[in-house]
Amino acid sequence: MSTPQTIYESLHHQGFSRRDFLKFCGISATIMGLSPSMIPRIAKALENTPKKSVIWLSFQECTGCTESLIRAHAPTIEGLIFDHISLDYHHTLQAASGRAAEQARENAMKEHHGDYLLVVDGSIPMGNPGYSTSAGISSLDMLKEVASGAGAIIAIGTCAAYGGLPHAAPNPTGAVSVEELITNKPLINIPGCPPIPAVIAGVISYIVTFGQLPKRDSLKRPITFFGQNIHDRCYRRSFYDQGLFANSFDDEGAKKGWCLYKLGCKGPVTYNACATTKWNENVSFPIEAGHGCLGCSEPHFWDAGHFYQALSVPTREIVGTAGYALAAGAAVGVASAMLNKKKKVDATKNHETVTIHDLERTSS
Amino acid sequence: MSTASFERGYNAFKEKIDAPIASYFSSCVHCGMCAQACMFFTETGDPKYTPIYKLEPMRKVWEQEYTLLGKLKALLGISQKLTDAELAEWQELIYGSCTLCGRCSMVCPVGNDLAYMIHKAREGIAAAGHAPKGLIDATKRAVIIGSAMGVKLATLQAQIKHTEHNTGIRIPLDEPGVDYLVILSALEVVNFPEYLEALAKIMKQADKTWTLSSIAFEATNPGLQIGVSDIAKELVSRVINVAEELGVSTVISPECGHAYTAIRWEGPNLIGRSFSFKVQHILEVLDELREQGKLKTEGFEKARLTFHDPCQLIRRGGVIEQPRHLLKMVATHFVEMEDPGKMNWCCGGGGGLVTQEESEELRTKAFNRKKTQLDALEVDTLVTACSNCRIVLEEGFEAYEMEMPVVGLTEMVAEHLVESEV
Amino acid sequence: MNYVDFLLWVRGPAFQIATAIFIFGLSWRLLEILSLSRKPELAVVRERGIAGGFRTIFRRFLPVDDNTFQRSAFIITAGYIFHLGFFIILLLFVPHILFFREFFGFSWPGLPTPVIGIITIMTLLALIALLINRMRHPVLRFLSGFEDYFVWIVTFLPVLTGYMAFHHFFHYPLMLALHILSVELLMIVFPFTKLMHTFTWFISRWYTGSRAAQKGVQV
Repeated sequence: MSTPQTIYESLHHQGFSRRDFLKFCGISATIMGLSPSMIPRIAKALENTPKKSVIWLSFQECTGCTESLIRAHAPTIEGLIFDHISLDYHHTLQAASGRAAEQARENAMKEHHGDYLLVVDGSIPMGNPGYSTSAGISSLDMLKEVASGAGAIIAIGTCAAYGGLPHAAPNPTGAVSVEELITNKPLINIPGCPPIPAVIAGVISYIVTFGQLPKRDSLKRPITFFGQNIHDRCYRRSFYDQGLFANSFDDEGAKKGWCLYKLGCKGPVTYNACATTKWNENVSFPIEAGHGCLGCSEPHFWDAGHFYQALSVPTREIVGTAGYALAAGAAVGVASAMLNKKKKVDATKNHETVTIHDLERTSS
Repeated sequence: MSTASFERGYNAFKEKIDAPIASYFSSCVHCGMCAQACMFFTETGDPKYTPIYKLEPMRKVWEQEYTLLGKLKALLGISQKLTDAELAEWQELIYGSCTLCGRCSMVCPVGNDLAYMIHKAREGIAAAGHAPKGLIDATKRAVIIGSAMGVKLATLQAQIKHTEHNTGIRIPLDEPGVDYLVILSALEVVNFPEYLEALAKIMKQADKTWTLSSIAFEATNPGLQIGVSDIAKELVSRVINVAEELGVSTVISPECGHAYTAIRWEGPNLIGRSFSFKVQHILEVLDELREQGKLKTEGFEKARLTFHDPCQLIRRGGVIEQPRHLLKMVATHFVEMEDPGKMNWCCGGGGGLVTQEESEELRTKAFNRKKTQLDALEVDTLVTACSNCRIVLEEGFEAYEMEMPVVGLTEMVAEHLVESEV
Repeated sequence: MNYVDFLLWVRGPAFQIATAIFIFGLSWRLLEILSLSRKPELAVVRERGIAGGFRTIFRRFLPVDDNTFQRSAFIITAGYIFHLGFFIILLLFVPHILFFREFFGFSWPGLPTPVIGIITIMTLLALIALLINRMRHPVLRFLSGFEDYFVWIVTFLPVLTGYMAFHHFFHYPLMLALHILSVELLMIVFPFTKLMHTFTWFISRWYTGSRAAQKGVQV
């Protein structure tokens, strides 16, 4: 492998002018959620930063995250991003296959030991290593091996970040997230099913640009993109505040674009950038398309209550529980009633007729 | 020889606690509204007179004996067992500052009948030997002599003779098969003999047959007030037996609130069966006669007057409209007090309170409520239908240096009977 | 445990446990009360007690007379605001209706959310006023013990956290979880405290009203 070029060199080589480069830095600032005053710092960093080696491991996943990334609306941006990383291993995107592919991974690991970026999509099965393997290596072993030399890890998609769909009850494969297995490396989660491509791009840009992970929240998500509640940013919020709700997907309320809370929207408990960044060239996002938010970027999103049941509905069955409780309470009540009845009968039996001679204490 | 003891008292609590009481205790949220309905609180401002607080000993027994949770609490030492000292301490609250007037029961937002509970709680405290001395003595006199005031048959006979002389009407004694058996409050024998005269005249005009009894002439029942069902039963049985022996159709309860409750409402429950005769308060009888046209009056009272509703008769007894009908028959200047009828304030001496010397000071303080009510009206005469109220009202007037005659409604009606027909 | 786990726990297992304890306690306590029974009335009654019992259940919603109202004007007014407010919020806030629909299988229309917001403020203020009154009024201070203040807290918390959650104070999922948790606390302590009056007031009124009616007194 040749000596890595800096990102600027790589871009220049492709025919980008200095002006284009600064424009690119501006776009980078935007997608990283940074202010324009940061552009000179970004430019300086990118001029001197060598392309980052990236190893992308896919475990129990659907390739949706990759699809999301490569179908990104602004190919220039994502293209540029790929220009400032060196994607050395990616099942779906790499040309090489078989031994050659694994060789590329091993080379990258050796060459950039301690520095390469590990990107993971998909969860890891702990039930049986055979549930998910590549090149004869189980996901668990592969993750441990590649993670050991990584400078930082990005868990992309809800499966890698929190277990996702494979983790859904009853979790037949014993799926776990990356975070649960690798605790000794800097890690950032970019959850979503799939994550917003611009968010993936923004985070990678940040890491490449500044050589460190962006600020994360308690669920290790970049605060820049996950700091805000969908509900708070939702353009239908005013309908919620007014108490105007769609009751079905084709009623008058739905047509008028009223709040989808009653139809199970998980917006109020979901933190993501969908309501602001949107999807498909800023065209729309699920709520705008008329469907409630599923909360796909939150842990346990498959098990956080029915998709079409409102947030205020308990996630467990309670009618039957109440029935059993009623019966058990009645049993205790009847038992207590019987004790009481006996006590009262005894009290009546023990009653000594009170006469006028019994109204005072006789001094003994 | 048996004696009062804490155990007997505790046992009595256990006997008397029933579903209403359990529901009442479960419902109380300590809103304090019952205090505002109690003259002992309103006139003193002392929170210990809050009616629900008076039931603390009974609440403990209920909780610890009749709820699993209370048993658990007691086991864990979270709640303390009821003690004899507490019962002794509560005498003042259960007896000394409660007339069982039941006004609190009217205002409780969850509908607790506090007077009902206090009455039941008296059973426990009495059996434990902590009833007040005055009430114990009255009860003893009632059982031994036949009257709480110690009035004997000889006194009654003298009164009969006197009345016969005054009215020229024969007063029947122990006569079987008559319409009415008339029972009296001893106060009517000793302090207010006008009642007997009035009755004789009214019966004559209405052409009704009636009798007094030499055995059961006394209607008052301190057994009920002290809260000893056994004694209350014994006392009320005397009347019931005589009434059934004589075969009367109706027993007329006198102008006495608790005497009415004792025989009309408690009586059947005390002896465990209904009666073969009817029980009516004298005002019910009079109103019935009025309706039938058998009570003819002439002339009207000129004085501005008002009516004091005896609690046991009105609020706890259901004789509410009758006194109003009768008053309108004989008075032109009848005005209602503030809070009339079932919401009237007690005279302050009911529930056996009048027998307790130690409560006199408090009673006088509480009487200020009645005074305030009366002062606002500026009336000349106060009419009532309970000789106990009457005595207490007169005492209260004396204490507050008020001048106002207190008249029994029956005698007021009798004074207006059409002369020619008497 | 992160906030999502916490929220899911309160919405799931914790709610199930709270429901079980609530229903269990209710049926136990109510049976315990009613089974003590009362003796039949043997006196000749003026009217049958049933109508009187029902009459009192409704009649007691209002103070018996002006004097009674004047003497307890504050507690009646504030008490009414709090009780009505609490039940309006509980039964007419749309997310709550969705919960009940799940439980009962039917639903009813809710109130516009801003109205609920105003009612919530009034309810909170009424509750605070009632607490201050309880601490300052001589009778209430005298009567009140730990339980009186405890049930105030468990009643106040769901209203407060609900309001905070609705307005997205702090962190919504966490606030929502705390709101549901406070409701669960209320449900769990409910059958074992004087909160039981919610289910016994009409029994008490019925007992009192029916017996009074038998005597010919409408109470």
